[in-house]
Amino acid sequence: MHRKASSPVDWTTIRQDFPILRERAHGHPLIYFDSAATSQKPRTVLDALRDYYEHENANVHRGLHELSSRATEAYEKARERVARYLGAASADEIVFTRGTTESINLVAQAWGGKFIHNGDVILLTEMEHHSNLVPWQLLAERTGARLRFVPVRDNGTLALDLLPSLLTPEVKLFAFTHISNSLGTINPVAELCHKAHTVGALTLVDAAQSAGHMPIDVQELGCDFLAFSGHKMCGPTGIGVLYGRGDRLDSVPPWHGGGEMIVSVNLEKSTFKKAPHRFEAGTPNIAGAIGLAGAIEYIERIGRVEIFEHDLDLTRYAMERLAELPDIRILGPDTPRGALVGFVMKEAHPHDLTTFADQHGLALRGGHHCNQPLMRRFGLTGTTRASFYFYNTTEEIDRMIEILHAAARFFS
Amino acid sequence: MSPELEELYQQVILDHSRRPRNFGNLADAAVLVHGDNPACGDEIHLAVKFDSDGGLQDIKFTGHGCAISQASASMMTMKLKGKSRPDVTGMLHAFHDLVTGETDDAPKTLGDLRLLRGVRKFPLRVKCAMLAWRAVEQALQQNAGEATISTEQ
Repeated sequence: MHRKASSPVDWTTIRQDFPILRERAHGHPLIYFDSAATSQKPRTVLDALRDYYEHENANVHRGLHELSSRATEAYEKARERVARYLGAASADEIVFTRGTTESINLVAQAWGGKFIHNGDVILLTEMEHHSNLVPWQLLAERTGARLRFVPVRDNGTLALDLLPSLLTPEVKLFAFTHISNSLGTINPVAELCHKAHTVGALTLVDAAQSAGHMPIDVQELGCDFLAFSGHKMCGPTGIGVLYGRGDRLDSVPPWHGGGEMIVSVNLEKSTFKKAPHRFEAGTPNIAGAIGLAGAIEYIERIGRVEIFEHDLDLTRYAMERLAELPDIRILGPDTPRGALVGFVMKEAHPHDLTTFADQHGLALRGGHHCNQPLMRRFGLTGTTRASFYFYNTTEEIDRMIEILHAAARFFS
Repeated sequence: MSPELEELYQQVILDHSRRPRNFGNLADAAVLVHGDNPACGDEIHLAVKFDSDGGLQDIKFTGHGCAISQASASMMTMKLKGKSRPDVTGMLHAFHDLVTGETDDAPKTLGDLRLLRGVRKFPLRVKCAMLAWRAVEQALQQNAGEATISTEQ
């Protein structure tokens, strides 16, 4: 991860790969600082989707005709592409889902339904997105399991000194985010996985904010499950991934029932395919998987180390410049951190600020960012968040600062 | 500055959001309604006291949130204080139609509240403007006691 970038990337040229970045909003050039919600898509991904529909579209795994074999091959190649991207041992460890949320729900309901019992503990953190909190609440209600949380320190990092008292033998799963979508905190995944395993707990990593931003090797991290979404990493919406270590995934019973996931069906009972197909009932998002593979190829051509370092440069610059604003409170730790900055300004509520910025062509996000408990932890109801990707520039950050100064004057 | 922004955040509105009127608790309130806009984090705690005919004898609020939610609450309490029940209901509907763009010519009885018409160009902010009004609506239905409402239900 900390290898130095091998060759300089021309970040200005890269912007031209994204047709949407030429859009205007309310008469101003668009500045898109909401990539943590969803990233924009390069032309190569849009082309991959269109090529699929123009030349390969058919249902997978069942047709005996030419188009079906093309579609099946493209779909399964996408799975192999994802496996290589994550450093997985096999493509059989890759389940295609609708996104991070569905991936986590799959583990909570199918794995949790079998392995979590009354009195067990699921360890989470206070910084989890609702999608890595609510599925566990539902599971706990159903099974009588308890939830436990690693607290967040004032600087936005996890209180890891408390881990020995939290990570007890009753903990069956430790589920945590790789990068906080509100604080930018990068959690030490490998260390947390190692500690969880020492008490026999499995681990699930929410990689929604990291998968498209930095190198990830699931075998180096040592996680049992890892979830992410395609749309936050240049891919289409509606496609995501659940990685599950081979033996773990094989132990999970089916989740959704239907076509594609069965071996044979009788009126009273059926037998099921192995992982990953056991978890892909119905016609999958074939185009989405192919689009995601296109996104991965695009990201790898730029280089994940290069993207991560560019992220760091932008974020460091944004934090320095934001600090110039009057009465601003910036949440989360110093860099290195994820490519986003959440802040509150005394003069303007996040929603007024976001509306004001939008009218100047600047797309920010205002609100709780699906982090209500975390907001409460910091005594807030919401923040304004600027989130970046490799197509953003320091010039755009300068413009954001001008707009925020104007907002401070306007609302004070 | 865009004309939409100027219209949304007129000086009167910003003034009410900075220095909300009728802000505080009502010791002998008949109804207390806690209003919540979870999408934004806006909160209104509205206290109402009725007169012998059921009109709004006194009305106060506390809370926090965006300029639109706080200004709407402040301007609303000024307008509704001392009004009869039918008048309050009429204004509630008139204000709703104004900020959702159902009508262009809001009745003059709304007074300064008509300045909030700029909200109609910002569909996501309509809930902010309506929060205090939803709370009043609940207070009228409830008549006594305490209630919680949310813009997301």
